[in-house]
Amino acid sequence: MITAGIDCGAKNVKVVILNDGKVASKATAPAGIDTASAAEKAYDDALKAAGCGREAVVKIIATGSGKNEPRFKNDIVTEVGADARGIHFTSPNVRTVIDVGAEEGRAIKVDENGKVVDFAVNEKCAAGAGAFTEAMARALEIPLEEFGPFSLTSTQEVPMNAQCAVFAESEVVSLVHRKIPKQDIARAIHNAIADRITSMVRMVGITPEVALIGGVANNVGFVVSLKEDLELDLMIPEDREYIGAIGAACIAAGSQ
Amino acid sequence: MKANYGYKDGSGDFFITVDTDLCNGCGDCTTACPAGVLELVENGYDIDAETPIAAVMKEHSKKIKYSCMPCKPAAGYAIADLPCVKACSPGAMEHSW
Amino acid sequence: MAEVQKGKEYWRWTESRWTSPDMDWKSGGIISAGVDVGSVSTQAVVMVDGKLYCYANMRTGSDSPESANNAMKWALEGTGLSRDKIHATVGTGYGRVNVPFATKAITEIACHARGGNFMYGPQVRTILDMGGQDCKAIRCDEKGKVTAFLMNDKCAAGTGRGMEVFSDLLGVHINDVGAMSLQVAEEPPPVSSTCVVFAKSEASGLLRQGWPKEKVLAAYCSAMAHRIVTLLERIGVEKEFAITGGISKNVGVVSRLSKELSVTPLKTDLDPQIAGAIGGALFAKALYEKKGK
Repeated sequence: MITAGIDCGAKNVKVVILNDGKVASKATAPAGIDTASAAEKAYDDALKAAGCGREAVVKIIATGSGKNEPRFKNDIVTEVGADARGIHFTSPNVRTVIDVGAEEGRAIKVDENGKVVDFAVNEKCAAGAGAFTEAMARALEIPLEEFGPFSLTSTQEVPMNAQCAVFAESEVVSLVHRKIPKQDIARAIHNAIADRITSMVRMVGITPEVALIGGVANNVGFVVSLKEDLELDLMIPEDREYIGAIGAACIAAGSQ
Repeated sequence: MKANYGYKDGSGDFFITVDTDLCNGCGDCTTACPAGVLELVENGYDIDAETPIAAVMKEHSKKIKYSCMPCKPAAGYAIADLPCVKACSPGAMEHSW
Repeated sequence: MAEVQKGKEYWRWTESRWTSPDMDWKSGGIISAGVDVGSVSTQAVVMVDGKLYCYANMRTGSDSPESANNAMKWALEGTGLSRDKIHATVGTGYGRVNVPFATKAITEIACHARGGNFMYGPQVRTILDMGGQDCKAIRCDEKGKVTAFLMNDKCAAGTGRGMEVFSDLLGVHINDVGAMSLQVAEEPPPVSSTCVVFAKSEASGLLRQGWPKEKVLAAYCSAMAHRIVTLLERIGVEKEFAITGGISKNVGVVSRLSKELSVTPLKTDLDPQIAGAIGGALFAKALYEKKGK
C-alpha cells in the first residue's frame, strides 16, 4: 500500500511517500507565497523518485501550518499528531519530541505507542522559532548556514535582553556598534532561543529519550545551546525535517 | 491600583496582576516563587505610599510566559494552585493565563 | 537643530521644541523640570510654578545620560535659563535612572498619568501611550493618580518600532504613513499576523500580489489599532480617553482605533509625546515643595 504525507511548513513543503511501511521517497520545495503550487511540485518530485504515479497512492494526508493548501490531499492531521506518529516510526524509544520550525516551536510528550500525552506550542511569535535566528543572522550579516558554527567560536558571554525578534534586531545592532565581537553576539542569540525552547520542554516534562527535529535542528549553534540548557543529550534523527511528513504518511496508511 | 506586569504578543496574553490596594508588602510571594520572578519594590505609583509592593522583576516581565512555565504543566492547572497565588494571604495576585 | 532629511531614513520623525511666548522664568516661581528618556525619543520639559514654560522632543541617542543632557540643552536654548537655576528635576522613562541631573527617578506610568491629567484636564480617565518601543495603558482618577495600568514592552507589535519596520519596507516616511493609509476606497482586511516579523512577510506577499502601498498600510494600521483595542480590554476604557506618544500622531491608527472603541480621543495643542516629561516636572515641583515644608 502506498500513502503520502505532506508537511506544509512556513518555509518548506516536505513530502514523504510510504510504501508498505517503508519510506519510498522524500522531496522538498520552498513554500514561497504559493504553498499549493509548492506542494504540487514536491509531491510530483517525490512520486517520480518513488517511481509511481498519482493513481497508485491510496491516501494523502497533509499537516503543517499550510495543511489546508494542497488541492490533492484527502485529509489533514495536526502537526503535533504527525510529529508524534513520525517519531514513533523512526525512533520508537523517544518520549519527548522538540520540534523547532521556521515559525513555530513545539514540545511533545509521546508514549510507547506514539500517542500524544502532552504538548506545548509556541506559535505566532517569531521569538520562539527559527524566524528569530534567521532575522538575527540577517542583522549580523552572516549567512544562515554559517550562523551556528560561527557562534561556537565565541569566547565570552554577552547578555541579550530583548524578547522580541524586532527589538532583538535593534539590540544586536547596538551591540555591534559597541564593538562586541559578532561571534559572541551570535552565541547570545542561540542561547536566548534555546532558553525559550527549554522552558517549553520543561512545561511538558523531560522524559528521555529526547529528540530534536525541524529545520532548526540543522543549526549546530542552537543544538549546543539547547543541550547545555537541558543538561542532556539530544537525539537528532537523520530525517529531522521529514518527521511530520512521515507521521502524516503513517497515519494515512494506518487509517486505510 | 491594579498593576499588570507582562505582555501580549502573537502567542497570547501573559499578565500577572498585583492589586496594590490589597498587597501588604509581606513578600511571601517572592519567597514562594521557585523561579524568582517576584520582588518587593517601592510603590512608585503613589508617592505618598509607605509600604513596598510586590512586582514582577524587570528581567522577567518580558518573558513571564517562559519564566512561569515550570509552574504551569501543559496538561492543565488551577491558577489558585500557583505557589505565588497560594502564598498571597490578602489575595492580591492574579495570573491571566 | 532641525535635522536635515537624510537618504532613506523613512523612520526619522520630526523633532520639536517650544517656548512659551508670554512667560518669564525670572518671575521668581518654582522652576521644575521633567526629563523622559525613552528608548526612541527623549523629552525635556521645564515648568515655572506648574505652568509649561518650554520643552524639547528629540530622538534618543546611543547613550541615555547624553540624550538627557542634549534634550535639556535644546529645551533651554534661547531662554537664558540654565540648568543650575532649576529647583528640582525628575527623570522618567526607560532611561530614568540615567538622567545625571535628576533629583529623583519616577516610573513613567505615574508620570504619564500626572502629565495626561495636566495636558487633557482632570476629566481624563484612560491614557493610552503608544511609544517607540512600548505601549502603556493607564487608568487614572481626577487627580492624575494611577488606578490601573499595563505596559507592553516585550513585543514590537503595536509600538512605533513596528510601524518603522513598515515604513522602511514600503519606503514611506513615518510622518506620512497614517494619512496614506486612509487613501483607500475600501478598508482591506487587517494584516492577520500580530508578530511584526510575520506581519512583514505577510505584507511582502501582499505587495507581490500587486496591492498598492496605501492598501498595505491600511491593512497594517487597522491591525495595529485592533491589537491596541484588545490590549486595552485588560484595564477597560473609561471616558475621557486620550492618546499620547509618537503613534498618536499617526492619523491612520488613531482614526481606526477611535472607530473600533467608539470614543473620540481628547485633543491637545501640545506635542503629545511630552506627557511623561510634564508629569515628571509636576512631580519635581511637588517634591521641591515637600522638601521646603
